[in-house]
Amino acid sequence: MKKIIKRYRGFLFVLAAMILLILFNQELGLKTLRITGNSVKEMLLVIPPIFLLLGLLDVWVPRETMIKYMGEGSGIKGVLLAIFIGSAAAGPLYGAFPVAAVFMKKGVKFMNILIFIGAWSTTKIPMFLFEIAALGNTFAITRLLIDIPGIIIIAFILSKMVSKKEVQALYENAASID
Amino acid sequence: MDSYIFYGLAIFLLIFSFVKDKKKTKMALMKAWKAFENILPEFLVVILLVGFLLAILNPETISKIIGAESGWFGIILAGIIGSITLIPGFVAFPTAAILLENGAGYMQIAAFLSTLMMVGIVTLPVEIKYFGKKISIIRNILAFFFSFIVAIIIGMVVA
Repeated sequence: MKKIIKRYRGFLFVLAAMILLILFNQELGLKTLRITGNSVKEMLLVIPPIFLLLGLLDVWVPRETMIKYMGEGSGIKGVLLAIFIGSAAAGPLYGAFPVAAVFMKKGVKFMNILIFIGAWSTTKIPMFLFEIAALGNTFAITRLLIDIPGIIIIAFILSKMVSKKEVQALYENAASID
Repeated sequence: MDSYIFYGLAIFLLIFSFVKDKKKTKMALMKAWKAFENILPEFLVVILLVGFLLAILNPETISKIIGAESGWFGIILAGIIGSITLIPGFVAFPTAAILLENGAGYMQIAAFLSTLMMVGIVTLPVEIKYFGKKISIIRNILAFFFSFIVAIIIGMVVA
């Protein structure tokens, strides 16, 4: 029980702040509450399948397979797969982090994980259709064409900035989560 | 819409997995739950904070400060707003279209959308949990500056 309270203390703190907000500024407080309710609804719509799929991936896909296709030495194949999986995903960026943890456990190359995160954040295929509908072809296609090299460059810079030891520590941390 | 496809896919694979191996399926479900519960505390904080942020920042307010004539000040401000807010894409794009109609500039909107998708200040605690402080912070900073490159190019191509 004590452990649970400790883990959720941040949440309890914000929750208490929100109750105070409702007491002092009802209009803003209730608006916050309504928007939070909408976020929860949206979360329920996109989050469960992501976690189900990552659970299945973790159990069914052998480490060797993941290493072969996305590990060290997977080359361009690994990069393309990382972009494809990230782009095909649904849901906000924070849903990508637990998936990245499973990738770490499965021995996916760090650079490919970073590319995957980048693709998930900004080149999502379903979102691209929304973007075309809302902002037009030129806007959406231009952005996509800049984003693809952009996420690869960002992933490259990041992977050069960390040492092998730091990456290894992250992989060990990911393995200990489960 | 795409979330239904994912539900369908997840349920289909789950049934398939269950038929093939009940024990493994149970393990997969346990892992799914554990992975979820692992980020739940940060998640709940994020969701409440975002609710509060969106309650303060409505489209009219945003539109006013990132008009087409707001220049670099507007672009940077748009980038900052995008960095701290967290709006689902299917809300963000129509919102961006409304902002444009209300006088926001293309470059400002490009910076806003790009940081919105790539930079996550409120989700930083979740990111740090998996990627550590160094990488998470640098990734967000790089993505922030990259968004201005996106804005400049969009400005040249579209506007």
